[in-house]
Amino acid sequence: MAPAKKRNVKPEKSQKGVKTAKMDPNSCVERILESRKHANDVFDLLELLQSEDEKVLISAMSACTTLFCTLLERKELFTGKLHPEDEALIGGFTAEEKCQIFMRHRYNSCVEMLLEQLSHEEFNVKENALCCLIKCATAQGRHPLEDLDWSEHYSFPRELIQAVVENLVSKTTDNSLLISRFQQFLEMEDLRFYVMSSIRESVGQVMEKNKGALMPVYQNNVFTLMTNINMPSQESELTSFMVQQEGEVQPVFSYHKCLEHKRVFERMWLGFLKYKLPSNMYKKILVILHDSILPHMSKPTLMIDFLTAAYDVGGAISLLALNGLFILIHQHNLEYPDFYQKLYNLLEPSVFHVKYRARFFHLANIFLSSSHLPVYLVAAFAKRLARLALTAPPTALLIVLPFIYNLIRRHPACRVLIHRPSAERELIKDPYLMDEEDPAMCHALDSSLWELKTLQNHYHPDVAKAAMLINTPLSGQEDDINEVLEITTHERDLKHSQKKSVPLEFETATQLLKGGGNVLGQHFCLN
Amino acid sequence: MGKVQKKKSLADKVRKTKTSTEIKNNPFEVKINRKKFEVLGQKIKHDVGLPGVSRSKAIKKRKDTLLKEYKQKNKSNKFIDRRFGEYDTKMAPEDKILQRFAMERQRGHDKKDVYNLNEEEELTHYGQSLAEMEKFTDAGNSDDETEEKGLLSAELTASHFGGGGGLLRKKGPGDQEEEGGQRTKSRQELIEELIQKSKQEKRERQVKKEEAQELTEKLDQEWKSIQALMVKKTPKDADAEKTEEKPKVEEYDMMVRELGFEMKAQPSEKLKTPEELAREETEKLQKLEVHLTLISTLILSPTLPLIITVCVCVCVCVCACCGQADRLRRMMGDEGRDSSQHQVHMSADDLNDGFILDKHDKKTLAYEDGKWNIEDESEGGQDEDEAESGEDQETDAEEEEDDDEDGKEESAEEEGEGSIEKEDDDGHSDLDSEEEESENEEENEDDDVVSVPKPKKKSVTKEEQEAAKAELPYTFTAPENYNCLKNLLNCHTPDNQRLIVARMQKSNHPSLAVGNKLKLQNLLGFLLEYVGELATRNPPDLLTVDKLIPELYTLCQMFPEAARQALQSIMGDVAHSMEEVIEVNGHAPFPTLDMLIYLKVIALLFPTSDFRHPVTTPALLFIGQALTKCPVRSLQDLTSGLVLCCLAVEYVSLSKRFLPELINFLFGTLHLAVQDKTSLGYSVVPPFRRSGKHCDLLVVSDSESISSWSRKSLPLSACKHLELEEDRDRDQHRLTCLSTCLDLVKRCCLLYKELTSFTHIFQPIRVLLSKHLSSQTLPDSLQELQSEIVEMISSAPAAHRVLVFDKKKPIPLKLLTPKIVEVLDYGKKRGSSREEREQERLKHKYKKEFKGALREIRKDSRFLAREKLSEVMNRDAERKRKVRELFGSLATQEGEWKALKRRKRK
Repeated sequence: MAPAKKRNVKPEKSQKGVKTAKMDPNSCVERILESRKHANDVFDLLELLQSEDEKVLISAMSACTTLFCTLLERKELFTGKLHPEDEALIGGFTAEEKCQIFMRHRYNSCVEMLLEQLSHEEFNVKENALCCLIKCATAQGRHPLEDLDWSEHYSFPRELIQAVVENLVSKTTDNSLLISRFQQFLEMEDLRFYVMSSIRESVGQVMEKNKGALMPVYQNNVFTLMTNINMPSQESELTSFMVQQEGEVQPVFSYHKCLEHKRVFERMWLGFLKYKLPSNMYKKILVILHDSILPHMSKPTLMIDFLTAAYDVGGAISLLALNGLFILIHQHNLEYPDFYQKLYNLLEPSVFHVKYRARFFHLANIFLSSSHLPVYLVAAFAKRLARLALTAPPTALLIVLPFIYNLIRRHPACRVLIHRPSAERELIKDPYLMDEEDPAMCHALDSSLWELKTLQNHYHPDVAKAAMLINTPLSGQEDDINEVLEITTHERDLKHSQKKSVPLEFETATQLLKGGGNVLGQHFCLN
Repeated sequence: MGKVQKKKSLADKVRKTKTSTEIKNNPFEVKINRKKFEVLGQKIKHDVGLPGVSRSKAIKKRKDTLLKEYKQKNKSNKFIDRRFGEYDTKMAPEDKILQRFAMERQRGHDKKDVYNLNEEEELTHYGQSLAEMEKFTDAGNSDDETEEKGLLSAELTASHFGGGGGLLRKKGPGDQEEEGGQRTKSRQELIEELIQKSKQEKRERQVKKEEAQELTEKLDQEWKSIQALMVKKTPKDADAEKTEEKPKVEEYDMMVRELGFEMKAQPSEKLKTPEELAREETEKLQKLEVHLTLISTLILSPTLPLIITVCVCVCVCVCACCGQADRLRRMMGDEGRDSSQHQVHMSADDLNDGFILDKHDKKTLAYEDGKWNIEDESEGGQDEDEAESGEDQETDAEEEEDDDEDGKEESAEEEGEGSIEKEDDDGHSDLDSEEEESENEEENEDDDVVSVPKPKKKSVTKEEQEAAKAELPYTFTAPENYNCLKNLLNCHTPDNQRLIVARMQKSNHPSLAVGNKLKLQNLLGFLLEYVGELATRNPPDLLTVDKLIPELYTLCQMFPEAARQALQSIMGDVAHSMEEVIEVNGHAPFPTLDMLIYLKVIALLFPTSDFRHPVTTPALLFIGQALTKCPVRSLQDLTSGLVLCCLAVEYVSLSKRFLPELINFLFGTLHLAVQDKTSLGYSVVPPFRRSGKHCDLLVVSDSESISSWSRKSLPLSACKHLELEEDRDRDQHRLTCLSTCLDLVKRCCLLYKELTSFTHIFQPIRVLLSKHLSSQTLPDSLQELQSEIVEMISSAPAAHRVLVFDKKKPIPLKLLTPKIVEVLDYGKKRGSSREEREQERLKHKYKKEFKGALREIRKDSRFLAREKLSEVMNRDAERKRKVRELFGSLATQEGEWKALKRRKRK
């Protein structure tokens, strides 16, 4: 192609290059614009675009952009199907046309070089290149280079954007910074629209090529780009466009419709989620799924497959999938068989140790807030939580205990768990079956919450106090779980830090390893 | 108006003549104030009003006062009648005269008359001597005799024959003075009367006196007659009592004396200051020491020391009980009352146990017994003692510790000991010396205790000590900052470092100077920092830390608040940084050795069993967090974890609190030792993982090392720096860790045996031990330990009583009897303060007075207007009368003149 040819020309000019490198790109631009005599100076400019020096590079980039934007405005670039340069020189074109074809070729090579610069090491250069490309795209959109099909003013520089996107979601480098810069341009509705469709295409192509194997860097870039897309919620919000249409009657294109946006968005995500994902990205997606993906989809139910698959994975991913499932069940009438049984089986010792504990309990609280749940189910949940509480850290205990109390309050039939006066004198073994997966068969309702009795001896004073509540009938008011969800241990300590007098140890300390039953002294020595 | 007034005045006249009863009975005079309703028991003053009477009274009063003023209004002169009692209606005229006379006499009684003893007083009238006047009377009298006699006679006749006597007689005395005519007669009469009167009075008085005397005599006699009746009984009774009383008194006296000799009535001990408490606690241990020495010498003096030892035992026990009870109370979460209870509790115990008394007795007796002399010898004469020092450890140790202090300290110490006696006698007269002494004692104390279990230290080069003794000064200034302390301590041996700190503490005791308290508080903070630094050194200098513990303890006892702050800030920093790391990574590295040392120090300084304690609770929380959030990645990590577990067990050893993190960690550690991780039958709790990179840390690689393994203590420095080159060493370390872990599990089993969920808590451990670990080859001792644990877990009762709420007291039914509140001040407004009530009262009074005054003023002005009007009317009437008179006279004149003219014409 033409730029390749030009580059072949370059070495000839490189002798002059020492001189031209020092010349001002802006004055060069002025000269070119002044008259066509200086048209060949474009080569100098393009050469500067290859420069090593960052400053020169940046100034050359801006100069090129101004040059070609002006040319586009003047319509001095060839429109329509472009012939190869050699052909153009031979073919029957007027001198004017030849000149236009020449410039058009230079423009193409300039864009290509700018795209190359998107993978430069320096962020400044990258950023500038991106801005320049967007400017070019804007100018090109306004003055399309294609022969216009007048029935449809479809003049968006799709190819250019597609190329930008493909360069952004690099397979080798993490472009998250540049992508966050790009987010600013994504405010423009049409750009966003085409970016989304080009992401979909890109993902499809790349993943197909890799046969669905994991590509962490690429997928991470795509994910960053996709999460940076802010979807409009109403049609009236679609106001800023990159390519403004002139004329009284504004034709309506697909990117003017909110629904179309949603559709593209949905397709993009589905296209992305179709392939295998790294597990940490799985979690990230699940974390944002409920509030930044599901609401912008035209058919959120399409996510069911993804979510059920995630829910079946187990562990933290299941916990996170719960949130999306909740929205589907709550707002989109999803019928999920054995939902509660699965929820019940999610309760494992690790539940209290994961980062998403607060979110899980928030959702579990919502799921179990229905008063139409069978008693055996609620009792099973309470008993299982109590059993798990035996291994939980105090911060989790301070959530679990009120949680259990709330369950008992909501379902007074569960009160037998903490108060069974009919069998007061009996000594019974715990009939509860921890390993039983079906809450209906685990005999939780026949058991008592002895675990809470045990926790009355917990070392954390607040936990012990909370566990003491089962000694008396529970108050009618439910505890607000959401209040305690986010409190850390440290915050709790602060509350009690003030105290008047400090009790002191009674037994005189004599040696480091002595005292307190001499456990440390028995197993360890000083040296 | 004039008419009305006239009417009124007429009515007044009529009224005046009538008696009050007459008026009250007259229905026209009485106005009845109608009541709205009857109130039982109410007294009403004004149910009946007499408007006429009151009005006339008021008018009269006005006439006397207001009218007079009005009349005098524009007059520049006025006549004031200053005669004595002239307007006093209550005085009888005779009295008036008498008084006036007496006054006159007094006025005439000049100074010069004082010496005029025998001379008769000159009587005067109007300033003229009566005697002289008498001389001239004859001549004068003759002139007006005729007229006056006539008058006089008329009077006399009138008086003698009683015609209209009242008026004239009344006038009489008044006239006597004014009218000089009657002078002689009246005077004689007067004098006669006077004499008569005085005589009469005298007689009357005499009669009264006699009568009174008679009456009293009579009464006396009567009394005597009655008295005889009364007396008859009483003297006998009195006698009987007297006779009985004597033996009683003796008994009582005996009792009193007995009681006096008993020691019960000693004044109770005052509330103890923390310093005293600390001293007592240390004394307790010292007593134990004394006790030991006494036992050894018991054979020599069989009786007294026995008592002493018993006393000592008792007091030690009681003292320990106090501490234990207090601890227990705090453990149950009895907050709030802590501070107050602490003191009260102790003092209450003091009353019972007679601890002070014992101490007192024991001390003095110990001296008398000569026991102290032995100790004294051991302290003082170290050189001579050298030979016999092998006899008992205690003296040796003391000597060793003290030998550099001796020179200076000895005398002071003795003084201190002495002061205890004194102080016990005169009730804490000298606190300072006592405090010092207590410190000294503590000093000895700690030295003893430290040295007793470590006899090997005795052999630590005497020369070195001697050299150090030569070097070390006796007083140290408290360090200004941490670096000062560090420089001061750095180049010394651990023992000397301790000595330096001890001396520093002594020479900066709060009682010695004002700023010392702050200095020592700072010292405490620096020491803690120093301890941390010692632990971070490579290799850690834990021996020094060990030596510094007693000093830290003493300082902490002195300044609990400062210790709390210092340790809290250390804890807070570390916990905070750990939390931050956890937030970022989800896990954190194990706490460093200095933190472990701090945790141990906290356990030594503060009670770990409290339900909520400002220092130990956060420390325990920190341990819990470290055990859950720090993944085990190396044997070094594991060692740190096991130290934390040991600490955790120590923390909960007394209170037996449930620490899930501890069980989880121990379980995870055991899991690390399981070789085959394919079919587990239990699930592991984070931070441990089912299988992975570091999951085989404790799996013994070489079975040979199992047989060669012998148990020995791990060094604490292993948490910091662990170099195990060979597989053999690694295996040894692994097995030691495993044995530690198993031992801790066993301790936990014992601790948590009573928990209802015991079996569920230890279920996974049981599965692990019985299914996996037992099949592996392990040293015999570990196998034994393991089977022991399994046995213990499976033998625990699985059946429990079902949960029921605590039994509540039934709430009593509401009673419907009215609540009766006694009201003592009826009619008063309640519910306000005394001042408010007083103010209310004053306001009310003011209002009433104001209204009354207004009404009075209105009445006054009305009265004045009336008076003025009547004046004008009178004047007009007078004028009319005069005019008419004139007209009349003129008319008569004219008539006469006309008649004359007519007559002339005729």
